[in-house]
Amino acid sequence: MKIDSIQNGIVIDHITAGKGMEIYRLLKLDNLDCSVAIIKNVHSRKMGRKDIIKIDAAIDLNMDILGYVDPGVTIDIIRNEMLVEKRRADLPERLENVLYCKNPRCITTTEQELPHVFRLTDRENHVYRCMYCDVKAK
Amino acid sequence: MRSLIDIAELSIEEIDELLQRADDIIANPKKYAHACDGKKLATLFFEPSTRTRLSFEAAMYELGGNVISMASAGSSSASKGESVADTAKTVSCYADVIAMRHPKEGAPYVASINARVPVINAGDGGHNHPTQTLADLLTIYREKGRLDNLTVGFCGDLKFGRTVHSLITALSRYSGIKFVLISPDELKLPSYIKKDIIQKNNLEYVQTTDFESVLPELDILYMTRVQRERFFNEEDYLRLKDSYILTPDKMKLAKEDCSVLHPLPRVNEISVAIDNDPRACYFKQVFNGKIMRMSLILKLLEVEI
Repeated sequence: MKIDSIQNGIVIDHITAGKGMEIYRLLKLDNLDCSVAIIKNVHSRKMGRKDIIKIDAAIDLNMDILGYVDPGVTIDIIRNEMLVEKRRADLPERLENVLYCKNPRCITTTEQELPHVFRLTDRENHVYRCMYCDVKAK
Repeated sequence: MRSLIDIAELSIEEIDELLQRADDIIANPKKYAHACDGKKLATLFFEPSTRTRLSFEAAMYELGGNVISMASAGSSSASKGESVADTAKTVSCYADVIAMRHPKEGAPYVASINARVPVINAGDGGHNHPTQTLADLLTIYREKGRLDNLTVGFCGDLKFGRTVHSLITALSRYSGIKFVLISPDELKLPSYIKKDIIQKNNLEYVQTTDFESVLPELDILYMTRVQRERFFNEEDYLRLKDSYILTPDKMKLAKEDCSVLHPLPRVNEISVAIDNDPRACYFKQVFNGKIMRMSLILKLLEVEI
């Protein structure tokens, strides 16, 4: 299968196989007017299989979401068909309005304008806790 | 400007400083009688409380300061839908320090990031209650002369008991602490406190439902009330409320120098007959709570003596 290379844009690589559509939806890529390609189950020497998303436009990506949903993905920034930057999405220390606190006793349940903030408390086990009530994100 | 929302925000050195100051306040009360002249404490209690509120108010008066407060949560602007952030900004214009109790977890934290004056968490839901912990620490320190190398038993509601969570957090930073966790299965200590605090600090702990078998090894017994207000289901409360009752017969099993603490109010989990036992320290805790709140107010207001 052949997908055209992009001129100016972003390649999200090393996505865990099967997570491509989830990332597409979370990043709201369906709202873009440019070409977007989701390539599923690509052969990978390191991962066995992986997904790749190619976006033919220079947009700002929410790296926090990427790091949380699929830590380990890489983001390649392409300018004039050249790779100018390669970033690795890692688990972010802080997530704002990505996760929502479900604790009925948390202040965020009654004060709607408060941002839902979670902090990383256990990197090894990917545990996030609400900044306000310390309840673990589910 | 500094607030106190969670006991873990205080370093061991700062806790030691608060304890030393508390000892000095007890020894020389007159020295502190005008330490906060002209300063005002606002007590914002959105949940019923007797001792914590009176303790904060007494603490400020004994420092020579004044207190402003609202009659009840129902009479505040919160009942009109005012946010915690707006309340904190408003009260900052009237007071030099705020003590806040709120049924919602995290409310005092929200207040602290919006207020222009220090905010003290006076209890937020089942979450934190750092000034009770300061009272507990001063009591242990004055009874035992140390905060390390102790076997500390917690009995009753370890799930919703915020005083238990805060005291475990505070004691976990001292060496040689062993925790004995006594509760019904439904009211066990939350796993995140076990994992993130006790296990992370490599401290020994035992979890049991059998009160009498572990009682003889305790240096400190921290009893708690099963709190009706933390249950969504009345049936569960009624089933669990009498799980553990400390009686004179059971106290015969305890060490001669075991100190019995309770954050109060008690319902029936400690028999009244124990009040005259020299090992009963819960009313000393009440006194120590006021002293530690004085010590904390002085620190947060940066008052030099």
